[in-house]
Amino acid sequence: MAISTQTADPAVDRMSASPKASSDRTVTVVSHIVLTLWSIIVILPLVWVFISSWKTTGEIFSSPLALPQEWKFDNYVRAWNDSNIGRYMLNSVIVVTCSLVLVMILGSMAAYSLARYPFPGSGLVYYLILAGLTFPVFLAIVPLFFVLRNTGLLNTLPGLIATYVAFAFPFTVFFLYPFFRGLPQEIAEAAELDGAGEWRTFAQVMLPMARPGIVAIAIFNFLGLWNQFLLPVALNTNEENYVLSQGMARFASQAGYAVDFGQLFAAVVITIVPVLAVYIFSQRQLQGSLSQGTLK
Amino acid sequence: MPLSRVVFVLVTLGLPFAFYTVFVLWPFVQAFVYSLTNWSGFTDTFEFVGLSNYAALLKDDIFLKAVRNNLLLALVVPLVTIILALALATMVTVGGSSTGAVRGLSRSSFYRIVSFFPYTIPAIVIGLIWSQMFDPSSGLVNAALTGIGLDQFESFAWLGEVSTAMPVTMFVIIWGFVGFYMVLFIAAIKGIPAELYDAARVDGAGRFRMTFMVTLPMVRETIQTAYIYLGILALDAFVYMAALNASGGPQNSTLTMTQDLFNTAFKQGQFGLASAMGVVLALLTLLFAAIVFAVNRLSGGKEA
Repeated sequence: MAISTQTADPAVDRMSASPKASSDRTVTVVSHIVLTLWSIIVILPLVWVFISSWKTTGEIFSSPLALPQEWKFDNYVRAWNDSNIGRYMLNSVIVVTCSLVLVMILGSMAAYSLARYPFPGSGLVYYLILAGLTFPVFLAIVPLFFVLRNTGLLNTLPGLIATYVAFAFPFTVFFLYPFFRGLPQEIAEAAELDGAGEWRTFAQVMLPMARPGIVAIAIFNFLGLWNQFLLPVALNTNEENYVLSQGMARFASQAGYAVDFGQLFAAVVITIVPVLAVYIFSQRQLQGSLSQGTLK
Repeated sequence: MPLSRVVFVLVTLGLPFAFYTVFVLWPFVQAFVYSLTNWSGFTDTFEFVGLSNYAALLKDDIFLKAVRNNLLLALVVPLVTIILALALATMVTVGGSSTGAVRGLSRSSFYRIVSFFPYTIPAIVIGLIWSQMFDPSSGLVNAALTGIGLDQFESFAWLGEVSTAMPVTMFVIIWGFVGFYMVLFIAAIKGIPAELYDAARVDGAGRFRMTFMVTLPMVRETIQTAYIYLGILALDAFVYMAALNASGGPQNSTLTMTQDLFNTAFKQGQFGLASAMGVVLALLTLLFAAIVFAVNRLSGGKEA
């Protein structure tokens, strides 16, 4: 790390009489002001949503700026039960967990194999995987609809999991490939000389060494799959199987006056809080591994 | 290769690749084929109609409007997001003292943590939050504006006016991504060897010159990557539109190709035509990436 972000050296502050130091102070002050403004733009909507989630729909309309008359849990209960946010959340957790585990297994295996055992045509395989990253999902959505319908997977959670895995697969391979390429071959060869087969060398020797990459791509995949919208909207139209993003989209598609706004805000808070909380508690490692992984 | 190794490669690479082929590659190929047919999806038969779907798209004013909207998004969203993210990242990393070693701004981790918040929120929820913020009568934006005496905004429909719907939509997308790219740029800038900054300083370069002479050239590969990802996103934009203006906005001013495609396929059942739209979208995406690579190269970037 070349540049320190630590508190400025106090010795520098003492030289404040010089013109250089005063221009320093200007830059520092302006930077703080701009960054504070941006932080407010980021936080304000979230705070407002949180406060609104405790208000009745009447209160929301009569005064967008006021605090709730009384802090009641009503909106949350109704969002969880009446708007089925509870069930959608469960569906989301099931689909995202299964897809994440599967794509991490398939993606790391494929990236390792591709990086370690080149064969005639492995370059083509790599480029075909890259192609999946380049083309928009929208190009595939119509044929995909019929692939799922013909296999009986349309409107089922397993069908959704299969498509999640398939579309997260290319990025996972693309991301992990350089990690496995960068690992020293000698270690794998030493393990094999000691009698470890391909599987043990992969799972117990090489995979743990690619850990920083694995963690980063797992986080990316989690956020990407949790965020997924087009695939469920097009391929999972049975209300029973809705995932959270579909449940939230229903609020957007309802006509103005039919919406229970208190419920809407409560549902937004329920959706945001779990992931945001995990982020805040682990932000140091998280941002570290994301940027480390991406700049590889 | 020994047999055990062949089996290993077949299982670890062959199996996932076969699965990927069925669910990703094969549909991509099929889309090109369907785009040449008049298939309505629910019949078993269809005829090849050559390029007539594409010809129809060229005369379809609504689709052309959508293409223009997407191009506008692809022009503005990456540019503004990257400039804003770079500016904020520069302030965090070199906003400190200019004497001694180059320093970051003190107590700046708060900004870094907060700016990243939107990246943890699903896009559909970001859209919902801002459609409420901009709500004509119950939104915070109008309440605040009338609160400071700007009464003309009392029930101004930000997302319902042709002149503001698109800019507001762009703002929402940019809001969602600045923090992520800011964090990425901070990491990239911290990876620049300190000697480069020291050398520039010895040559008498001030902060702004250092930004243009040292920082920008050193992070240009990261900028290129960011540009491509944001461009692909702006050419899609489906999820934001679903939350902000699901029906295309006033006079289709925020309609995107992806919305048109989705409706053409799943509401009207014209799968041949919708596939042609998908092909156009794919070609524009590739073209966008090619332009970004070309610009980076022509402006002196590393040969890719």
